[in-house]
Amino acid sequence: MTAKTNALETFVKKATAVSAKVFEVASLKEAFEYAVDVCDKKQACQLLASGCELPLSGQGQALCDEKQTKVIAAPALNKKDFAAFAKLCEGRGFELIDGGLRSRLAGIDIGFTVCELGIAETGTLVLDSAREDVRLATMVSEIHVAVLPKSRLRATSYEAEAEVLKFMQNGPNYLAFITGASRTADIERVLALGVHGPLELHILLLEDK
Amino acid sequence: MQHAKNLEEYRSQCRQAMDDEFLRKAMDAFAVAYRTNRANAFADMNERELIAEIADAKDAAVANLDGLFAEFKAKAEKNGVHVHLARTAAEANEIIARIAREGGVKKIVKSKSMTAEETLLNHHLEADGYEVVETDLGEWIIQLRHEGPSHMVMPAIHLSRYQVADLFSEVTGQKQEVDIEKLVKVARRELRTHYATADMGISGANFAVAETGGIGLITNEGNARLVTTLPRIHVALAGLDKLTPTLHDALRIIKALPRNATGQAITSYVTWITGANECAPGPEGRKEHHIVFLDNGRSALAKDSDFRQVLRCVRCGACANVCPVYRLVGGHKMGHIYIGAIGLLLTYFFHGREKAKNLVQNCINCGACKQVCAAGIDLPRLIKEVHARIQDEEGHPLPSKLLGTVLSNRKLFHSLLRTAKWGQKPVVDGKTGYLRHLPLIFSKEHDFRALPPIADTPFRDRWEKLRPVVEHPKYRVALFSGCVQDFVYPEQLEAAVKVFAGHGAALEFPMGQSCCGLPVVMMGQTEAARAVAAQNVTAIDPGSCDYIVTMCASCASHLKHAYPRILEGDPRMADKARRFADKVVDFSTFARDVLGVDEGDFASVSAQTRTAYHAPCHLCRGLGVTKAPRELLAKAGLDYVVADEEDVCCGFGGTFSMKFPEESKALLDKKLDNVKKTGATQLVTDCPGCVMQLRGGAQRRGDTFVVRHIAEILAERVKPR
Ligand code: SF4
Ligand code: SF4
Repeated sequence: MTAKTNALETFVKKATAVSAKVFEVASLKEAFEYAVDVCDKKQACQLLASGCELPLSGQGQALCDEKQTKVIAAPALNKKDFAAFAKLCEGRGFELIDGGLRSRLAGIDIGFTVCELGIAETGTLVLDSAREDVRLATMVSEIHVAVLPKSRLRATSYEAEAEVLKFMQNGPNYLAFITGASRTADIERVLALGVHGPLELHILLLEDK
Repeated sequence: MQHAKNLEEYRSQCRQAMDDEFLRKAMDAFAVAYRTNRANAFADMNERELIAEIADAKDAAVANLDGLFAEFKAKAEKNGVHVHLARTAAEANEIIARIAREGGVKKIVKSKSMTAEETLLNHHLEADGYEVVETDLGEWIIQLRHEGPSHMVMPAIHLSRYQVADLFSEVTGQKQEVDIEKLVKVARRELRTHYATADMGISGANFAVAETGGIGLITNEGNARLVTTLPRIHVALAGLDKLTPTLHDALRIIKALPRNATGQAITSYVTWITGANECAPGPEGRKEHHIVFLDNGRSALAKDSDFRQVLRCVRCGACANVCPVYRLVGGHKMGHIYIGAIGLLLTYFFHGREKAKNLVQNCINCGACKQVCAAGIDLPRLIKEVHARIQDEEGHPLPSKLLGTVLSNRKLFHSLLRTAKWGQKPVVDGKTGYLRHLPLIFSKEHDFRALPPIADTPFRDRWEKLRPVVEHPKYRVALFSGCVQDFVYPEQLEAAVKVFAGHGAALEFPMGQSCCGLPVVMMGQTEAARAVAAQNVTAIDPGSCDYIVTMCASCASHLKHAYPRILEGDPRMADKARRFADKVVDFSTFARDVLGVDEGDFASVSAQTRTAYHAPCHLCRGLGVTKAPRELLAKAGLDYVVADEEDVCCGFGGTFSMKFPEESKALLDKKLDNVKKTGATQLVTDCPGCVMQLRGGAQRRGDTFVVRHIAEILAERVKPR
């Protein structure tokens, strides 16, 4: 087994262990289709941001009421890719947006990103979040769909170190290591996913050679 | 928070905590699960090496705090960050309040920060009229309940889902179901509105990386990302000890911290913020970003050659996770703001003597914290030293002074013991062999274990008759008895002499030896500890023997690890103490590894006796001896069965059990219950202190197994020569 496939296997194993869903895609287009499909199937709670079905305070409820349609946010794509993505979303009854996420704090359905690096030993994604909308897309979404080009996978954090450092030295910068979905065990140590961030993390490993 | 005025009041608060059924159950379940999770998390890495690397790197950083601060500040300012340095907690709070004032802030959202707890920042800001909302779920819960955290990583571990449901019903004005998933979702929604409307976010920092001028945050929930993204102002409050030279240092700590905290390989999020980032409502679309470094005694601590290692702490909370005392009484009683082993220390340095003086006594010195510490801090020793310092500052209480005086004078001590033997005659129960009444110095709470009488003839008076004649000795061996074996259990030493026979060991029992001195260390009597150590090092000349063997785990560990340090400053003693320490070895290691005691030494027996083992803290952790005793049991043909939590403290802790009898009893009960579950007919251990605790406790409870020192069990089975 080569070091590459080894790292890939480790990544999949570690990411899956922290409840991320990992798939392979052959192209970015396939990744868009995947996201559209997931959003499509999210019928059950079309109008319900996570937690809306629960009894809330007046203030909490008010925020829930702001969300009316399903939304995918893909804030960091280039024009061409975004257009291709938008085309796929047409006529499906949901919005694709690339910014203005501050007005969407009631929640969006899917945040779509392309990651800078992956770290196999822990199943971690490294995402440049210097843009505020990228941060928000991956925080207020219920599902974070993250594309990781296979060539960007590193075996350990030490191996990713030099590249990570570059981001930081080109400040200001906001870099996120993301491993699995947002989680808490604060009540009776029972694991619950999606406390502040996404409830689910889907990782799409992109063949890019 | 700890407000007890004196030890009595503190003890009574601890008792109340121990009566909290939910707390006890939660802590037990957690302790057991934690052990497995942690072991799995470290399974495929070299844990000791990683910890040693972290310790070295932290030490180097702590030695250069000024330099790192200057480097960090320069880098961060280039990226538009305002860097502040606060000498005291009050100063830090004032800086942050000023930022809020000048920024026209109304609402503040916070992401968990121990440093902000340390400075009581919320109180300050609330008093100034700001609305402050904690966003970490556990922190939010305890904020709503107006409590402090009871665990560094899981602040609300002391609360049940029912309590949380009631609380949330109150907060939302709607009846909430008792379902954790749903409660978490309610918090998600309720807190979202606060992020959206806050003007300022406050976070802590796990790292402040000098080479980048950026901070790193380790979290699971993701609230730190929202707190540092949505409001137009972000203030990070960090202790100076969070400064680290390189990104590599931080990545290294990330390998250990989550594993040690919760058994996770890494947390869901590690957030790296370098400079004033994009932020729509901020001035010119950028965040107004401040970093406030807190000194609060840290730079003074960094100059204290002994205590500076406290600043290595990475706040993983593991030292609390494994602490048997924390497990009994919980974080509100075993800590002030910082809890657990490190909390006992930090309380003294950050919050002062008054807050720390009762707390530091509630450590049984079992060493469990030291063994798991991600930064290799010698916590138990430092806790005892803080205890000693406090007494030096405040004056020593009479009982510890007396003990110090008595133990420093061997002749006085031994003649007191001999006199006590006569005094107890009438109270020894002829049938059981235990004391019928507790001596007057004990109160009723101490009656959970029967106490043995002082032996008729101490070992030192039997020695002349016992001394074996060895024709061509291979090893010259000095026996070190410790006071308990010499005066209470001389038969354990006799048994050892029998086990050693025929292996070429020429034994000596130097008469000038005395108590090892651990009891006075536990009482914080530094002077006496030094006097006793010097006495023993003089009585047993390391030049005259190849080994110094002791059947007491506590003595062995104390002689070996503490003596060189205690006598370090004494030019006449230092070198001798080191050579002395090098020769110290425990019974089992000596028998198995040096003398080569083997199956052949034991009579072959067909009857299998179910035998449980208790690993004394000072043997398994203090000396790292785990295999030798268990193997000897097997070699001797015993059916060794593994009891749960074999290496958790039995609750003896010498003088600890005098001060905290209820805690001692609770630990003992757990231990004996675990043994009982194995169905063993005997319980073996290798420390006379543990024997006293376990045997006396089993007697009081009417447990049917017998408790023996390993030397006794082996001596019984050696082939006659
Ligand atoms: S030595 Fe034992 S009792 Fe003392 S703080 Fe450490 S773990 Fe707790
Ligand atoms: S003292 Fe050690 S174990 Fe305790 S919190 Fe600090 S690093 Fe973790």
